[in-house]
Amino acid sequence: MNTPEPFAGEPVHTPVRHHILSVLVENKSGVLARVAGLFARRGFNIYSLAVAPAERHARFSRITIVVDAESAPLEQVVGQLDKLVNVVDISDIAPREAVERELLLATIPTDVSNRTSLLDILGLAGASIIDVDPGAITVMLAGTPTSCDELERALEDHASVELHRTGRLAVPRLGRDVPPATSERGPR
Amino acid sequence: MELTGAQALIKSLEQQGVDTVFGLPGGAILPVYDPLLDSSIRHILVRHEQGAGHMAEGYALATGRPGVAMVTSGPGSTNIVTPITNAHMDSTPLVVVTGQVATTSIGLDAFQECDITGITMGVTKHNFLVRSAHEIPRAIAAAFHLATTGRPGPVLVDLPKDVAQSTMEWWYPAGVDELELPGYRALAPLDEGEVDRAVSLIASAQRPVLYVGGGTLKSRATDELRAFAERTGIPVVTTLMARGAFPNSHELFLGMPGMHGTYSAITAMQRSDLLIVLGARFDDRVTGRTTAFAPEAKVIHIDIDRAELGKIRRPDVAIQGDVATALRALEAAGAAPASLATWWSEIRSWQAAYPLTYDEAPVDGPLRPQHVIETLAANAPEGTIVASGVGQHQMWTAQFWPFEEPHSWVNSGGAGTMGFGVPAAIGAKVGRPDRTVWCIDGDGCFQMTAQELVTARSEGIPIKVAILNNSYLGMVRQWQEMFYDERYSEVYLSPDLPDYVKWAEAMGCVGLRATNPKEMRDVIDEANAIDDVPVVIDFRVDATEKVFPMVPAGASNDDVLVHPSQRKETR
Ligand SMILES: Cc1ncc(C[n+]2csc(CCOP(=O)(O)OP(=O)(O)O)c2C)c(N)n1
Ligand SMILES: [Mg+2]
Repeated sequence: MNTPEPFAGEPVHTPVRHHILSVLVENKSGVLARVAGLFARRGFNIYSLAVAPAERHARFSRITIVVDAESAPLEQVVGQLDKLVNVVDISDIAPREAVERELLLATIPTDVSNRTSLLDILGLAGASIIDVDPGAITVMLAGTPTSCDELERALEDHASVELHRTGRLAVPRLGRDVPPATSERGPR
Repeated sequence: MELTGAQALIKSLEQQGVDTVFGLPGGAILPVYDPLLDSSIRHILVRHEQGAGHMAEGYALATGRPGVAMVTSGPGSTNIVTPITNAHMDSTPLVVVTGQVATTSIGLDAFQECDITGITMGVTKHNFLVRSAHEIPRAIAAAFHLATTGRPGPVLVDLPKDVAQSTMEWWYPAGVDELELPGYRALAPLDEGEVDRAVSLIASAQRPVLYVGGGTLKSRATDELRAFAERTGIPVVTTLMARGAFPNSHELFLGMPGMHGTYSAITAMQRSDLLIVLGARFDDRVTGRTTAFAPEAKVIHIDIDRAELGKIRRPDVAIQGDVATALRALEAAGAAPASLATWWSEIRSWQAAYPLTYDEAPVDGPLRPQHVIETLAANAPEGTIVASGVGQHQMWTAQFWPFEEPHSWVNSGGAGTMGFGVPAAIGAKVGRPDRTVWCIDGDGCFQMTAQELVTARSEGIPIKVAILNNSYLGMVRQWQEMFYDERYSEVYLSPDLPDYVKWAEAMGCVGLRATNPKEMRDVIDEANAIDDVPVVIDFRVDATEKVFPMVPAGASNDDVLVHPSQRKETR
């Protein structure tokens, strides 16, 4: 089992010690409630959670959960999760061995006075403008959680920004010893 | 063959070999009660759905087979949540079928609608909402598979009324592969490396203890346990859930550990250098303050549920697996410690100094509850099954009943559910009609579920109930006496309101009463002579009697309060 590593970068939103669980579940009604309910019941803190149908099999969904590793030992979280009958496979990925990405969308009111500084910020962050009207722009950034944190902070000075983040997805980094899935089960 | 969903449900239960269903009908489950009339399955009509659930648990605990209950939607289903929770805490295999409003009404607050799968999500091993009649056989087969394999537990199947009424072409899953449980694997193979490490820990142990929990009974590992203990000479403690897993009369047996355990069991664990944990989970009632529990002990933890390994106490060797299989592997490897002579002489001195004890009862009464239990046991035929409620009477029964065989103890451990005793005893008697079944109950507990004696009488289930009537919620009273300066708050019941004898008679049972030792012996003989109707005995016991030994809640297991007669001046 990997020891959670301190998160590299400014921990604005991210807990100091976090761990990523990539959980393959049966795509059935109520399964998300079972997973979320288990975390609530056992006092495991979820920092972020992202769900979507998995890969090619519509039978399964993938839930990517960023767990606050301070709230419970990781083996406990994995062990309890593994007992949910609808959970098919769990891989736990230590942050240092993960490629993590997150999507940020923000709608920002614009006028002559802020346009230049705003464009600077967006340019620096590598964000792109995906929608415009005379009074506002919508921008997106798909990047590391740190870069999303940084953009969010940079936009703090801009009044009435509406900002949404997806929570992160992660896959193991290539070219390393990829940690084995902690669950021995797989779809049969 | 075309069947209705209701017929398919009953036929599926028959396929699973179900002989008895405990239940009570209502609107949403009505369709299923019709084909029940044509089935060989015996249905036991309870007076409250909680009774159905505890009966199913009692049946399961006494037979080792899953208990089955069936109730209607809404309040019928919520009434059975307590037994489901109880079964979940004690890993008892249960299949509960609940009626549900029609699929077209779900989510619309229809009459007697209730999100029972949502409510029971955290207290079942799994639950299903069946959405088509075709799915019924699979849901039932899967429910039994889940309830009985791996770490057993309760599984709920919620059946909407329109699904029960629609039709399907009969089929039944041919095997586990057709259950569509891609995320479920009951058993992982034993890790040989861990077994080897266990063998070497055992070889170097000087003060080992076998800490035996309910999982040992669940995996039917009692023969393996006995063989292992006898070959190695390692002392055995059995938890509240594991009474009967090892014979009380055996010389290697130390008794029950924990809050009301024997001094020798508690202290042997505290001084131990190796705990071999078999299907137990370091419950707080066993460990006392966990940081002070068995401080010098290394731990070999064997459990089928990997989440138990390290949940409370970090094991030195963790073996995920079935207890019987793991014990066979340890046997095959010849795991054995060196001489335990010194260890045993220490243990024998604790046993001699602090046996379980109580003061003799005055000739005129009141009775001593422990004396009643010992007399009941002494006059009970071999193989008697004993059930209990929750409270002092339960602890005294666990302490003083001489358990000799597995599945002879029917008890609510993890949840501590008052009212468990009477219905659970009924379920046990249904499962083992050849056995005498005593329920040793508290007066408080009895009042929670006594109406099921009407069920027992009308269904011809002759259990025997011994009420240890101390006119108090005695266990709570004990805590108030000891830890709240004798400030008694809302614990007094009454010795004679209700009149238990008249109440028993009103329910068609024989009612008896004893207030002193002479009467006690007479009524026990009288009760033992009756085998056609249930018997209830009102034993008037001393209200001030307390359960000892006791480790106060949150204290270290080093601080055992023994019986007052055993306390030394310096203590
Ligand atoms: C359903 C439920 N409610 C409350 C409790 C708390 N409780 C534990 S023991 C006890 C007293 C039980 O009284 P009684 O059945 O008379 O048994 P006694 O302790 O007197 O032997 C109570 C109230 C419980 N365990 N279960
Ligand atoms: Mg009482």
